[in-house]
Amino acid sequence: MTGPRAWVEEPLEPPPPKERGSRLLGNRAFLVSSVSTIVFFAVLTLVVVLAPGFRAVGAQFFSFRAMKASFFGVPEAGLPPIWRGFLLNVEVFMVAEVLILILALLIAVIRQIPGPVFFPFRMVAIVYTDLFRGTPLLLVIFMFTYGIPALQIQGLSTQGPVVYGGAALVLSYSAYVSEVYRAGIESVHASQMMAARSLGLTRWQSLRYVILPQAIRRVIPPLLNDFVSLQKDTALLAVVGPIEAVRAAGIYSSLRFNFSPYVVAAFLFILLTIPLARFTDHLIERDRRRRAGGGAR
Amino acid sequence: MIGNGEALRMEKVHKSFDATHVLRGIDLSVAEHEVICLIGASGSGKSTLLRCVNLLEDIDAGRIVVEGEEITAEGVDVNRIRRHIGIVFQSFNLFPHMTVMRNITLAPIKALKMSAADAEAGATELLERFGLVDKRDEFPDRLSGGQQQRLAIVRALAMKPDIMLLDEVTSALDPELVAEVLNVIRELAAGGMTMVIATHEMGFARDIANRVCFLDDGVILEEGPPAQIFTEPREERTKQFLQSIIEAGRM
Repeated sequence: MTGPRAWVEEPLEPPPPKERGSRLLGNRAFLVSSVSTIVFFAVLTLVVVLAPGFRAVGAQFFSFRAMKASFFGVPEAGLPPIWRGFLLNVEVFMVAEVLILILALLIAVIRQIPGPVFFPFRMVAIVYTDLFRGTPLLLVIFMFTYGIPALQIQGLSTQGPVVYGGAALVLSYSAYVSEVYRAGIESVHASQMMAARSLGLTRWQSLRYVILPQAIRRVIPPLLNDFVSLQKDTALLAVVGPIEAVRAAGIYSSLRFNFSPYVVAAFLFILLTIPLARFTDHLIERDRRRRAGGGAR
Repeated sequence: MIGNGEALRMEKVHKSFDATHVLRGIDLSVAEHEVICLIGASGSGKSTLLRCVNLLEDIDAGRIVVEGEEITAEGVDVNRIRRHIGIVFQSFNLFPHMTVMRNITLAPIKALKMSAADAEAGATELLERFGLVDKRDEFPDRLSGGQQQRLAIVRALAMKPDIMLLDEVTSALDPELVAEVLNVIRELAAGGMTMVIATHEMGFARDIANRVCFLDDGVILEEGPPAQIFTEPREERTKQFLQSIIEAGRM
């Protein structure tokens, strides 16, 4: 109770005692909100539970036995474990994320380079962004997985569907993420570039040490948003064959006619995205505190 | 105290932005250790003049010579030139994501290839001289306006420039913070720094300048020692300008 709050220590006159009526009012507000909350969720639960198909849905989507069996897999019945499929999602996501961060930054920077000599580079970057942002990701995955092998290029055409699908994810997302970066770069005021150049730093040094660090810090939340989306979109690889989480769940549900494995897969994806969101909040908060708050340690 | 050598010469410098002809033939010679104050109404071209000297703006015609080298010639390495010319802006333009220390040492380390230890030693010396040494690990957002502007001056000085350009460095400050920044500039002048200062602080200009240049509509209409410019200006436009300043209570 020191520092900023010191000014309340000696009020000019004592605060008026809280009236009995106002306390009753506070209690009443609490009561009303409690009752309202209870009623709201009770009605919601009743609507679901009293739905004609509730028992069928419960058995179809929330069967604990099916969840457990699909999560760990049933080797003798040829049912792949969802957890192992999910590891593939995580793996694809991790590798793709790193590649996207690099490729997208490269494209964003290329679009910023001035001068007529670099016109073709800027041109390529713009066409690339337009093309991949405009094409549905699903189509890109199909085209890569079936198109690249048909080209019969040595080394490139003999990869598995995980590589082609992953490449489709990387190219598609890089187009989006480069725009996020670009917005960040443009949000840093031109006077920062001017100040850096006036000190004798080259254009590249100014970008590297002055503009990009500020730009990237500003776009962390939208970047994270794109990566949450990417984590989920790794499930699209299912359409070209690899047994990732959704495909593993699909195999179980088609053979045993039970949708519970999909709920398991959904739950795993949620588990993956929440820590990422909290981590970003933490980064933003730390940066804010360091620059403006109490201690510069 | 003014040296014999010429630090800066501008010859018939012209500069336009689209349709506006901002500089219409600037001729100016600055001797080593000389302090020049540029006065004139907003839009008279003071800032543009300074930016041209630091090559932040390309000029359309004329030439600029610094320490005997024509810096506006074709193929001159702008980065090398800028390392010898410090500029401080009205809006500080500090790097908000870097500590005070890093703000100062970035350019010496990256542009002059100084070792981190040498750069920090130099920066510490400057911070001590300008009373900011206890702020070395702070971020600029946590400094007062006066401290921020002093830091911007220190950042430019860390490059050991031959000439300093100050572009209305007190215009963004609260009145009570102006003095601390002006005192820093006085100290630089006493140390023999060659300076070109665009300013609205007429009292300060009168104190510090060896020569005052009145800019009007893109040309230096009148120049001379402060005593002459402020007490018996020859040009009608200069008289009008100074009259308007007096009426605004800024003198």
